[in-house]
Amino acid sequence: MTQSQPALALEIRGLAKRFERPAVDGLDLSVTAGEFYTLLGPNGAGKTTTLRMVTGLLRPDRGAITVFGIDALADPIGARRIMAWVSDEPMIYEKLTPMEYLDFVAGLWAVDGRRAAARARDLLELLGMAPHAEERCERLSKGMRQKVALAGALVHEPKLIILDEPFTGLDAGSSRVVKEVLRERVHAGCSVIMTTHILEVAERMADRIGVMANGTLIAEGTLDELRQQAGDEAHRAAGVGHASPGQASPGQGSMGHASPGQASLEDTFLALVAQDAAAV
Amino acid sequence: MSPPGTIGWFARHEARLAWRDWLSLMTAGRRRRARTVVLGFAVFALFVHGLAWLMLGSAANLAGAADKQVLVAVTGTLVLAWSLMLSQALESVTRAFYARGDLELILTSPAAASRLFAVRIVAMTVTILVMALVLAAPFINVLVWRGGAHWLAAYPVAVALAMDAVAVAVVITVALFRAIGPKRTRLIAQIAAAVIGAGFAIGMQCAAILSYGTLPGTTVSRWAMLARFAPDEGGAVWWPAHAVLGQPVALAALLGVSIAALAVAIRVYAPRFGQLALAAASVSHGTTRPGRRRAHFQSASPARALRRKEWTLLLRDPWLMSQTLMQLLYLLPAAFLLWRNFSGGGAATLAVPVLIVAAGQLGGGLAWLAMSGEDAPDLIASAPVPEAHVLRAKIEAVLGGIAVVFIPFVVVLGIATPAGAPVALAGVVIAAGSSTAIQYWFRTQARRSLFRRRQTSSRIATFAEALSSTFWAGTGGLAAAGTWFAVVPAVIALTIVAGAWVISPAKSPAMA
Repeated sequence: MTQSQPALALEIRGLAKRFERPAVDGLDLSVTAGEFYTLLGPNGAGKTTTLRMVTGLLRPDRGAITVFGIDALADPIGARRIMAWVSDEPMIYEKLTPMEYLDFVAGLWAVDGRRAAARARDLLELLGMAPHAEERCERLSKGMRQKVALAGALVHEPKLIILDEPFTGLDAGSSRVVKEVLRERVHAGCSVIMTTHILEVAERMADRIGVMANGTLIAEGTLDELRQQAGDEAHRAAGVGHASPGQASPGQGSMGHASPGQASLEDTFLALVAQDAAAV
Repeated sequence: MSPPGTIGWFARHEARLAWRDWLSLMTAGRRRRARTVVLGFAVFALFVHGLAWLMLGSAANLAGAADKQVLVAVTGTLVLAWSLMLSQALESVTRAFYARGDLELILTSPAAASRLFAVRIVAMTVTILVMALVLAAPFINVLVWRGGAHWLAAYPVAVALAMDAVAVAVVITVALFRAIGPKRTRLIAQIAAAVIGAGFAIGMQCAAILSYGTLPGTTVSRWAMLARFAPDEGGAVWWPAHAVLGQPVALAALLGVSIAALAVAIRVYAPRFGQLALAAASVSHGTTRPGRRRAHFQSASPARALRRKEWTLLLRDPWLMSQTLMQLLYLLPAAFLLWRNFSGGGAATLAVPVLIVAAGQLGGGLAWLAMSGEDAPDLIASAPVPEAHVLRAKIEAVLGGIAVVFIPFVVVLGIATPAGAPVALAGVVIAAGSSTAIQYWFRTQARRSLFRRRQTSSRIATFAEALSSTFWAGTGGLAAAGTWFAVVPAVIALTIVAGAWVISPAKSPAMA
């Protein structure tokens, strides 16, 4: 019996970008529709460069990027229409209020005004920003700004959300709210690809994890699959007490968590990166 | 080497930072540019010396006695120079208060912050002196060459003026802090700086217009008119002029007073600088208040959303607004001239070049804000809007702003001299368009708050913008006078704009 292939939200083939040295080097990566995909890697691995090329902020030297069947290099406008980008440094306008910012973003994506207004109100409510909806962004904290930027990414109802370190600088409460909103979007059929250095977030939220080093994907899969790829080294690390704390909650990511004696994502990640470094 | 925490140690630290900052501004981080920069300075020095030679060539009495007319001329020049120094000093002191930079590091360290602030006040003095001497030194050198060594005294006088300017600026800024609080001080101090900087020159022009009914030019230099009303030659008011002319007692007195003024300012205010700077830094963390306008959420096109965003951001930022509109101060003489000639005097056409040059400058400023000063470039670049549409919307926003400011002037000009209005209108559009184009070709990503430093991001763009505005103004002036010679500056302006386009860095649309 043949099983039909799931629709691809993002397909990257042979992607390469060189600055002074290769930043991304022949990367192949796929994210299926409705999937939460997390990209991990040490500093300088090429994660942000990859995502910036997907969003059209950087032009690749070679390779192909397809977003829901649209060739993002040949038809960047068509691809951008269904994508949203959130960077670690919230890029918002200090002199606009969150509502005005969302109004502006809705204008850029040509969203119907009435629908955008309702959606903006809902999003700010959902993110706990309703009391600050009419305050200028210059008076908001970093976490609040990040939530406004996230609301901006969601106001035009994208099918693919791309986030670069979205939890940097967020407090525990804000972080939880953002996670819930992202999870809700995935349940609604949206695809998310995210980079993070907070491995606990990746472990809890991701359906699949990709590990990048030196511009290429060195491992990919669920946490169990990654553990298998990491092999004995990760297990040895787990044996000395590096297992992840905390238990999985119902409805959270499909990866589950490390049991006592089982390698945590941190152990697994470090083992994979070390193996790659040794191979290089 | 000075021990850590001492004045000498802080001075070395500040000097190293200043040197590296200056070097990176000049060479844009490329060592190979250093040679070009040195060559550029040499050419500039030669040019300014040549200019000084030409301007002072016809000046009489360079080596002669200090008669009242010479004293008036020297004093007037010193007042002009000092007002510019004071303007820069106010800017520098305000910037020192509001730039957070290493403030928290310094104030949380066990080192005496007052020593660092004392060094910074002296550093401001040195910076202001150097900037003043860049323009003044060639004139002093020519005076020494042609008039005698006694003119060398102008150098220590410049040092004294810089010290006075910084001392007064520190006192004014601290007084403003106390009187109106840190929130408003920045805006008021910077407006005061611009008004002081431009005020003397504008006042002289307006006085000349009142007296003679024409634009200044030669009339400004008619110091004889002022000499008739000036006090006797023995008065203390002439001491700075006597000092410039090499009188030792006057020079010593001026230096003594200036050193004392700066020393008192440092002694009294350096220890409080930290607290005031912290108060300024806390402004942005103040209480929140609801906005007065609500978002409309009309089904806007991306272009309309972009235009509205540009205008809203400008209108909501009083500091940026004041910085942008400051250039319009130079429209005051033109407005004054229009008012005087409202009943139909042909002299109103003389306002045409002033309008054109102001439009070029304002256009450049607005274009920088719209194109380089985009605070959310990734958002715009990741939006499903072609870059050409974004560019068009931003140009429309710039030209819309220009229209709002200049159309009233053109209308009034049309009533005073109907022939001048179409020329002025065309000149305003062309000059603003040229500046906008230059800013587009040389665009670089920067925070809007760096507006004041936009000139340093590309000196070629800055010069091209200023020169094209000037030559378009010349074209407008000559065209309004009805002469075909207008073609000459027009060709030069076009050459400058084309040259800027040719040497502008190539930009990939996808990277913008």
